[in-house]
Amino acid sequence: MAKNDSVIKVKGLQKSYGKTEVLKGIDIEVARGTMLALLGPNGAGKTTTVRILSTLLGYDKGTVAIEGFDVQKDADAVRKIIGLTGQSAAVDELLTGRENLVMMGRLYRLTKESAKARAQELLEEFDLVKAAERPAKTYSGGMRRRLDLAVSLIATPPVIFLDEPTTGLDPRSRIAMWDIIEGLKQKGSTILLTTQYLEEADQLADQIIVIDGGKVIAKGTAKELKAKVGKDRLELTFATDSSFKKAVNVLGKLIQEADKEEKTVTVILKDTNEDVRKVLDVLAREKLKFDAMAVHKPTLDDVFLSLTGKQVKEEV
Amino acid sequence: MAVELEFENKPKLVTAITDSMVMIRRSSTHIVRNTDQLLGTFFQPIMFLVLFSAVYSGAIETGGEESYTNFLMAGLIVQTLAFGSTTTAQAVANDLQRGIVDRFRSLPMNNLAVLNGHVVSDVFRNMISAAVLIVAGFVIGFRPNADLADWGLLIGLTILLTLSFSWLSAILGIVAKSVEGVQWLSFVVVFPLTFASSAFVNPELMSSWLRGFAENQPITHIVDTYRALLLGRPLDDSWWIATLWLVVIIVVSMPVAAWLFKRKTSE
Repeated sequence: MAKNDSVIKVKGLQKSYGKTEVLKGIDIEVARGTMLALLGPNGAGKTTTVRILSTLLGYDKGTVAIEGFDVQKDADAVRKIIGLTGQSAAVDELLTGRENLVMMGRLYRLTKESAKARAQELLEEFDLVKAAERPAKTYSGGMRRRLDLAVSLIATPPVIFLDEPTTGLDPRSRIAMWDIIEGLKQKGSTILLTTQYLEEADQLADQIIVIDGGKVIAKGTAKELKAKVGKDRLELTFATDSSFKKAVNVLGKLIQEADKEEKTVTVILKDTNEDVRKVLDVLAREKLKFDAMAVHKPTLDDVFLSLTGKQVKEEV
Repeated sequence: MAVELEFENKPKLVTAITDSMVMIRRSSTHIVRNTDQLLGTFFQPIMFLVLFSAVYSGAIETGGEESYTNFLMAGLIVQTLAFGSTTTAQAVANDLQRGIVDRFRSLPMNNLAVLNGHVVSDVFRNMISAAVLIVAGFVIGFRPNADLADWGLLIGLTILLTLSFSWLSAILGIVAKSVEGVQWLSFVVVFPLTFASSAFVNPELMSSWLRGFAENQPITHIVDTYRALLLGRPLDDSWWIATLWLVVIIVVSMPVAAWLFKRKTSE
């Protein structure tokens, strides 16, 4: 297996609805066994991209291939190797968890025995055994998402599309979902994840592509993207008002932000090591004691803000 | 991976059938699980049966020596089957709106199996409600005069009618904007069509403008055929006119539904 062997290859993908250009030439490559996050705000074109890649939607220009199969010409071959978890949990509400899994397994052309055995395995893995014989409409939001994801894994497809798998979930269910997704990656699946949560992309993905308005505006690892934008920041918190005021005085121009309420000053670090030493030297010279000190790496929120000029709205 | 997975490798025609079987099983499970619908399937026809036979039995001329209950039964059965067939419209609209069709489409399956499943499960549901209706009819005085061959033909006719109405109803479900819209629309279609027919009243008693329509529309031919079979009367031209209508509806609506479904789901 070649090292730079791409499972998902998208070149110059364009799609319009009438006169509205939704995708304006997108390139995506996902290497085998890695996870790529497609990050962007609502309406950036994430879902459209996933729908095209999973054979649900046609496109106007470009090439889209999964494992070398063209998503239009070889749709059936593609469908055999992909699993899709969409935004709305697409399970049959009236069927039980187990019935949903077996049904989808059969539609993936699994034999009856295989479908049943695999359903049991997934119910155990996704902590749904107790709810297995209950209709899906009685499931909580988190359980439904887990069932939905389990359903898409019934035939253990090597390529998995996760379209905003945690949107609308409470924080606890979200973290449970992250663990599951992390597990998929460890099993060697190739995963394309879309998300509007920067933290999610940061936590899970090997590579991130930031899209906005149907165009790729940045790509790289979380680390690379952060390095592109922000510098590290040093945050110092003082115990008393007097030490806080004195610190503001002696550090002077180095300070980017001073918060009186919290008695905190923030210093932008051009060279992390050098600058921290410099600040500490000044404080030592003035015999100033701080209460707490922390060095912060820039977050993807900062990245997004500087790339698009837009604040990403964090829900939940 | 703990479980070794085995895949079936069968020709396309075979898998198209097994896909449909899987979907028929799914939709048929819905018959039992959808409790609200279950109530509608059974109580509405029984309520109509009791009300109509109690309210109209003295007032309506049946144009024969039959009791009104005997006359009414064929009409009620056809109306019940027609309403039963609108379940497909609701189920298809529901599937399209809930996103489960997207999931099906991302699988290597025959997508029309989704429609097949709903239509065929309507046949099961309609058989059950027709049987319930006939049993309830017995209780309040319905006395059929059909022999074994007549019952066989009645079953065949019921299957044909359901397939025909359900494929038509599938089209409705595909083009509808919402599930609520489908419910309303099916009511507006089925109610007038069954009332302006020979289902409950002999068309000869209707006002003249309606009479011309009522005597010639397909529901009347269908009801007349049911009535003749149930009461052991000789069949007139109605039977083949009814059969022709039903077959033509199937032949036309099946490909139209399939085409619309394909188009709708690839938007």
